[in-house]
Amino acid sequence: MGDLLNTPLHALHQELGGKMVPFAGYAMPVQYGLGVMKEHLHTRAKAGLFDVSHMGQITLRHDDGYMAVADAMERLMPVNLLDLRDGRQRYGFFTNDAGGILDDLMTARRGDEMFVVVNAACKAGDIAHMRAGLPGVDVEEHTDRALLALQGPASEAVLAPIVPGVEAMRFMDVGIFPTRFGDLWVSRSGYTGEDGYEISVLEEQAEPLARALLAHEDVEPIGLGARDSLRLEAGLCLYGSDIDTTTSPVEARLSWAIGNIRRHGGAREGQFPGAARILDELDHGPDRLRVGLRPEGRAPMRAGTALFADETSDTPVGHVTSGAFGPTIEAPVSMGYIARAQSDHDTQVFGDVRGKRLPARVTALPFTPAGFKR
Amino acid sequence: MKFTEEHEWLRKDGEAVIVGITQHAADELGDIVFIELPEVGATVSKDDEIVVIESVKAASDILAPVDGEIVEVNAAIVEEPGKVNEDPQGEAWFFKVKPSDPAQMTDMMDEAAYQAFIA
Repeated sequence: MGDLLNTPLHALHQELGGKMVPFAGYAMPVQYGLGVMKEHLHTRAKAGLFDVSHMGQITLRHDDGYMAVADAMERLMPVNLLDLRDGRQRYGFFTNDAGGILDDLMTARRGDEMFVVVNAACKAGDIAHMRAGLPGVDVEEHTDRALLALQGPASEAVLAPIVPGVEAMRFMDVGIFPTRFGDLWVSRSGYTGEDGYEISVLEEQAEPLARALLAHEDVEPIGLGARDSLRLEAGLCLYGSDIDTTTSPVEARLSWAIGNIRRHGGAREGQFPGAARILDELDHGPDRLRVGLRPEGRAPMRAGTALFADETSDTPVGHVTSGAFGPTIEAPVSMGYIARAQSDHDTQVFGDVRGKRLPARVTALPFTPAGFKR
Repeated sequence: MKFTEEHEWLRKDGEAVIVGITQHAADELGDIVFIELPEVGATVSKDDEIVVIESVKAASDILAPVDGEIVEVNAAIVEEPGKVNEDPQGEAWFFKVKPSDPAQMTDMMDEAAYQAFIA
């Protein structure tokens, strides 16, 4: 895989039998020996270790401290960042002038700094966007750090003996922990719907840390295949599939991330890209909505499947943006966008699968209940 | 047993031929979650897409390896698609086809040639 970048865990992936595939410019393991289905189920039952070092890790600093960074970032995001407490992380997104989503990201307040984690495929664009759009803010990309995710109900029991103190963290807490693997930047969060941690580590310590975690009998390495089915069951969006520059956060049912203070009537109303569309959709509802879909048969409805209100109409009412077999649900699951008229739970719609109209039900998200430690 | 470049195996069973996918194909597909088989009695032509297989990774087709008539299908793998991952060259066969031109099988690979093909 010639021009692909390798993460600091590349040799370990190969040693563990990872099947490497190109993803966002990196060679990444899509699965290991267990296979996607067992890796998925293992993560929900015990703990899975994911290499997410391809994601972008960025620190933002301003001479006037955190509030100056947050104030600048609020010009790019419809999120309440000024009121984020120290040691806490918040989900959000960069919007464009049309009210679409440029990327979704995690922002954390760490003392005077803001630490940001962005999607691999968007990171060059995000960094350029921040450098251009955050006056007076220093944007430092950490190219010398790996990022591991430990996910699943056993995560705390696995990590606490190695990183004392993480057991006291709650969902979306962040902290810096000195360990024998150097300073670890830990958040209690993830992309599977399970309890777990995301751990930033200096690249030379990444493999020793990964080996220490894998030494626990409850931990298996997990590839991108299971990462995708886990996040889909958890109802979490994949940037580029479920959200992109054409989908607004309101359509994507991500309004919960838009603080009241940034909405109409709030003290810091608007003043972010695409505010006109986004605030109008918050007030009046969007024309289409992201929904969960449960196909009634066994055939998965994959991304791109056109959705219809009935078995005969010619005009689609929506389309699937992610679809797969859900190993925990033991049935196919999809998400997609659908016209508001069809978006109520339990509405029957029809997906065009290989020329046949197959029935599916609009369903609440997530498909699997979240296991976060709140 | 004969093999195709599409990773099917064919085994004679009286006048019919039993068709399935190879262990190599099953391993490459990963966990299989959905299978759609042709109708018994259907007339098929070589290279028709007659089976749909969905794994956790993707959807793929199986092509008819010969011209003929479908005389039996293995409903057990529709009920439990995972059987194909467990025993693809045994119990988890896909369908039986009665070839209209058995000569179409002559040029197919034998086991040694197939092993060399996937090596």
